[in-house]
Amino acid sequence: MIPLLQPALRHGLLGLTRLLVGARASWEGSAPADVPRIYFANHTSHLDTLAVMAALPAELRARTHPVAALDYWGGSALRRAIAVGCLNALLVDRTGKATAEVMDAMAAVLESGQSLILFPEGTRGDGTVAPFKSGLYHLSQRVPNAELVPVFIENLHRVMPKGMPLLVPLICTMRFGAPLEAVAGEDKAAFLERARDALVSLSRSPSASQPDSQSTGQRTAQ
Amino acid sequence: MNSVMNSVTNFLTTTDPLFLWLSGAALGLLVTATLIGAVLAWRVQTPAGRDTVRNLNARIRSWWVMVALFAAAMLLGSVVTLVLFTLLSYLALREFITLTPTRRGDHAGLFLSFFLVVPLQYWLIGIGWYGLFSIFIPVYVFMALPSLSVLGADPTDFLTRTAKAQWGLMLAVYCTSHAPALLWLDIPGYRLPGALLLLYLMTVAQLSDVFQYVFGKLWGKTRLSPGISPSKTVEGLVGGGLTAVAIGTGLHVITPFSPLQAAGMSLIIVIAGFFGGFVLSAMKRDLGVKDWGTMIEGHGGVLDRLDSIVFSAPLFFHLTRYWFT
Repeated sequence: MIPLLQPALRHGLLGLTRLLVGARASWEGSAPADVPRIYFANHTSHLDTLAVMAALPAELRARTHPVAALDYWGGSALRRAIAVGCLNALLVDRTGKATAEVMDAMAAVLESGQSLILFPEGTRGDGTVAPFKSGLYHLSQRVPNAELVPVFIENLHRVMPKGMPLLVPLICTMRFGAPLEAVAGEDKAAFLERARDALVSLSRSPSASQPDSQSTGQRTAQ
Repeated sequence: MNSVMNSVTNFLTTTDPLFLWLSGAALGLLVTATLIGAVLAWRVQTPAGRDTVRNLNARIRSWWVMVALFAAAMLLGSVVTLVLFTLLSYLALREFITLTPTRRGDHAGLFLSFFLVVPLQYWLIGIGWYGLFSIFIPVYVFMALPSLSVLGADPTDFLTRTAKAQWGLMLAVYCTSHAPALLWLDIPGYRLPGALLLLYLMTVAQLSDVFQYVFGKLWGKTRLSPGISPSKTVEGLVGGGLTAVAIGTGLHVITPFSPLQAAGMSLIIVIAGFFGGFVLSAMKRDLGVKDWGTMIEGHGGVLDRLDSIVFSAPLFFHLTRYWFT
């Protein structure tokens, strides 16, 4: 690909994301900082990665790598160019055949001082947050000095609900919470539950923790 | 260097002198406000006062951007102005629908509202089809949107959902679009560019807002309606409104109106602007928010800035069209 094309495409994609969903960052408990971080977010739509990237300050964005599925984003030269070339994505095999390699690749990014974006639910929700898969736990054990920052993506499930090909532009806020504190001797299940609670607590809508209810995107005053 | 000088000279001699005068006045006003803001920031002592001054300076900074944007659009011509308003309507509608509960069944209708109704309304204005643009949203979209939603077979909150979507379109798109539609009015005997009528409406409405804020801060005692808008005071409304009417009367030179007619028009813009802002404040209270958005620093969202236009633009448009064309 022509070298100039990728920055142009990146700016185009991020600009379009802002025009459609705003992608405003709200730092609530953490501040932008160039330290190795695992940003873990709720998975709401195809636009999640772009929205979180658009919300990050440019200098951090350049050092942050969204973790994306190899089977989809490595599927064609164009997809690969968008994911890897424009958005610094780390493509991983999610079939389970190469778990050790995936873990090595993610740890290598963090150990080089850069950051990752993960969606630990593994599946798209409808405004509710599903139980987390265990990858986040293993990664935090492997690289204990990486900060675990919850990012609640607000409203984006209303923009593109599951099974809807059309997109309704709404203002989506990325709420960056306080990093998880380390708890000595905590087991996997307790850690994953606590991480999920930290993410859910950033939500302004009371329905995020309970499945099967309609969220309205209402915010409280202030 | 020479070519720059030439193009500046060329610009100054070909541009309407009234436009230059008004740009100069706006520039002077903004420079004065910026200087006052800087002095206040230097002299302020209390934390509460510091907050007020910080908010004031954020507002003034945003005014620079907004005035520059409109001046550029008006200089570049009516189509650019129309495109700017299309974008503003899109952003305002996005703010409104974000705060409004929606369900799956509304999705297709909302998609069409943003990507078909918004551009179509402005396109109808651009081609000068008055008969259709003035009824498109209140009649045809009014029937089409619930017809689409009802296909979702979901009666939960149906009336509320439908009504709120329609109100969003009426405020953010239909009402707002009457402001740039002023550029398409053909007024016999009026030789100035139609952009000056738009400038007149915006200036009177926005200055009324600014002076109501200033008068309210300085002399406001009697709260008008603390339950809806805690910052609105009777003193602010009367003082700010009368100041805006006085300026609007003086600006009759850029309009087809006599001084007396301009006073009447300004009064209508001020009253309609007040009620537009007041009604939108009540809606914000109802939705549980302080501002419609966060896009413009110190002002909130696009709809927070357009709220004095939404009611005054259609009124001003129709009164001008009925009596002067």
